[in-house]
Amino acid sequence: MAKILEKRPLTPVTKLYKVDAPLIAKAAKPGQFVIVRIREGGERIPLTIADYDRNAGTLTIVVQEVGTTTMQFGELEVGEEILDLVGPLGMPLEIPVEGHIVGVGGGFGAAALLCLMRELRARGDTTTIINGAREKDLLILNEELTEICDNLELCTDDGSAGFHGFVTERLAQMIDGDAPGCPDMVVAIGPMPMMRAVAETTAAAKIPTLVSLDPLMIDGTGMCGGCRVTVNNEVKFACVDGPFFDAHLVDFEEAVRRNKMYVKQEHEAKDRSHCLKLAVGQD
Amino acid sequence: MPVKRVEKTPMPERDAVLRSHDFEEVNEGYGIAHAKFEAERCLRCQDPICIDGCPVRVPIPDFVHKIAAGDMRGAAEVLRSSNPLPAVCGRVCPQEVQCEEQCSIGIRFKPVAIGYLERFVADWEMQQAPVEITNKLDRAEKVAIIGSGPAGLVCAGELARLGYPVTIFEALHAPGGVLRYGIPEFRLPKDVLDWEIDQLRKLGVEIRCNVIIGKTIAMDELMGEMGFSAVFIGTGAGLPTFMGIPGENLNGVYSANEFLTRVNLMRANDFPNADTPVMVGKRVAVIGAGNTAMDTVRTALRVGAEQGLVVYRRSDKEMTARVEEHQHAIEEGVEFHWLTNPIEVLGDEDGWVTGLKCIRMQLGEPDASGRARPIPIKGSEFVMPVDNVVLSIGNRPNPLLLQTTKGLESNKWGCLVVRDQSSETSRDHVFAGGDAVTGAATVILAAGAGKDAASEIHADLRA
Repeated sequence: MAKILEKRPLTPVTKLYKVDAPLIAKAAKPGQFVIVRIREGGERIPLTIADYDRNAGTLTIVVQEVGTTTMQFGELEVGEEILDLVGPLGMPLEIPVEGHIVGVGGGFGAAALLCLMRELRARGDTTTIINGAREKDLLILNEELTEICDNLELCTDDGSAGFHGFVTERLAQMIDGDAPGCPDMVVAIGPMPMMRAVAETTAAAKIPTLVSLDPLMIDGTGMCGGCRVTVNNEVKFACVDGPFFDAHLVDFEEAVRRNKMYVKQEHEAKDRSHCLKLAVGQD
Repeated sequence: MPVKRVEKTPMPERDAVLRSHDFEEVNEGYGIAHAKFEAERCLRCQDPICIDGCPVRVPIPDFVHKIAAGDMRGAAEVLRSSNPLPAVCGRVCPQEVQCEEQCSIGIRFKPVAIGYLERFVADWEMQQAPVEITNKLDRAEKVAIIGSGPAGLVCAGELARLGYPVTIFEALHAPGGVLRYGIPEFRLPKDVLDWEIDQLRKLGVEIRCNVIIGKTIAMDELMGEMGFSAVFIGTGAGLPTFMGIPGENLNGVYSANEFLTRVNLMRANDFPNADTPVMVGKRVAVIGAGNTAMDTVRTALRVGAEQGLVVYRRSDKEMTARVEEHQHAIEEGVEFHWLTNPIEVLGDEDGWVTGLKCIRMQLGEPDASGRARPIPIKGSEFVMPVDNVVLSIGNRPNPLLLQTTKGLESNKWGCLVVRDQSSETSRDHVFAGGDAVTGAATVILAAGAGKDAASEIHADLRA
């Protein structure tokens, strides 16, 4: 059980939580994730660790409501407990290159860049974050991100804030020499199509790029093999070998297809929880 | 002396057609009359070698004689003092190759049904009243147990009985390890497992779920600032093996671990009341013929498959599943495809499984395992139309703890190395047993290893 200490809506469907988890906060490193379960009979889902505070013993996670479990999560309030919280899982992110490191965050993916880019800057790298979303109101954590990196670049698909266009278009400009300059390494976290597009953008310029894969998982410890991904024609378990992989070697097509395995069941579950709410007059 | 009956008292079982659609237990268990009747078949050997066949050395004749005399309470006390998991072992042990194989009456006739009797006593205790617990945790040295599977639970129970404060650390949200996520409800009901674990808690064993040693807490922290004097590693063999054939990552291909975990731990059979689904089409092919394969194919039937198939490259002579599990699977309508080796999983354009391409095999000379080596028959490839493929070809120890812990020696299969026949690892005061050491084996061998390790830890801490 982990108590929720703080809850902050970032967008209508994205919420930030600070939870009491001293053991995990003590052990966590950038790039790792946790697995949560909200209720008896509930799913186990992986969530990236956005940030941690070892002294306070707290963990920051950002949840986007996309399915049954994340929607149930969204209903949890300060003072309530998360039934099960386990971690930190996965391999910590290792950035072998020094210099100008660019973190690309799409949608709620930007949250995962928080502790990551702060550590890199502390190490002496020049850090740029490209934070992208469909529109201004969906851009998250701008204030926090500004504080922890050297350059924060905003992109919106509709031009309502920052650069008018996709994060990859802005990234391509930087690769071509636009300030703050060509990256020595890129880390992309966000929806699969975005990460795939980033991989394509950096491939030609041969800029080393890592992506954070988020396949379906159960245990998160290498036991089920449900999270297997193909990287450089080798099968890897994202939970123990990842979640970060070389973007230019990932079989994205397979990863996208595997993530859609339960689309039908997900709809069924969502419809059902909606009906239950109607039945008890909550909605 | 009365003439002993030659046959075992049969285990009452639920009808195969009915039971293959639900998760209620297949074996219904003996009643008191069955049990006394069967217990009287014991020959009362002067040298009861059945005990030698038991990895936890249950004093078998003692409890069997007490059943025969109608002293069920006494039988329960004997069992509980020697095996912390009698209701589990009475259900899932392969007695036919252990205690019952040694049984003297079995030389000419059928052996005494020791397993069924063990289960009877454990169930009797569960239904009546648990054996009173009188131990005190009065020793200063704390012991940490990593993993709450059979090895860890038994080790914890034995140490608590010896007076040590014990904490079990479990990675998942519920304790039991393979007993929880691997063995299905219809063979080992989860309320039976919960009851057994409750008895351990009554002994004073503390269980902390959602803690991964090597991730949440480092081994050095356990033995350093957290003050544990000794550690037992019972992390099992939970890493699934894949075949490496084309199409294994298609949608609808599972490891047996994932398939069973979705149902047993996450209750996918109750979807959408429970949130975790499992994908089952009309025809489900399970590759492999061990106990896990039988559990998997029978589970597939219970979550909606119309046809369960077992595909195995050797013949029924070489399969590793228990006779009873195989028999139950046959009764439930499972199709067995012996001497058939999968070479590719086929899929449609959207990436969903449509079939399993196989090649026929014949048996050659014995291989390293002593079993006949299967050899492919050229040109015999054929396609079996299936909707799901589940791989049940074995597990290896999980490397997670080894990756993050210094000074633990392991072999090329990832198994922890222990000294001679002991449980001592390459690190001082760190012991290991069960599948983490042997590679995937049985519940009772793990339980035996846990029991042995407990006495070694006791000796180590008293030295």
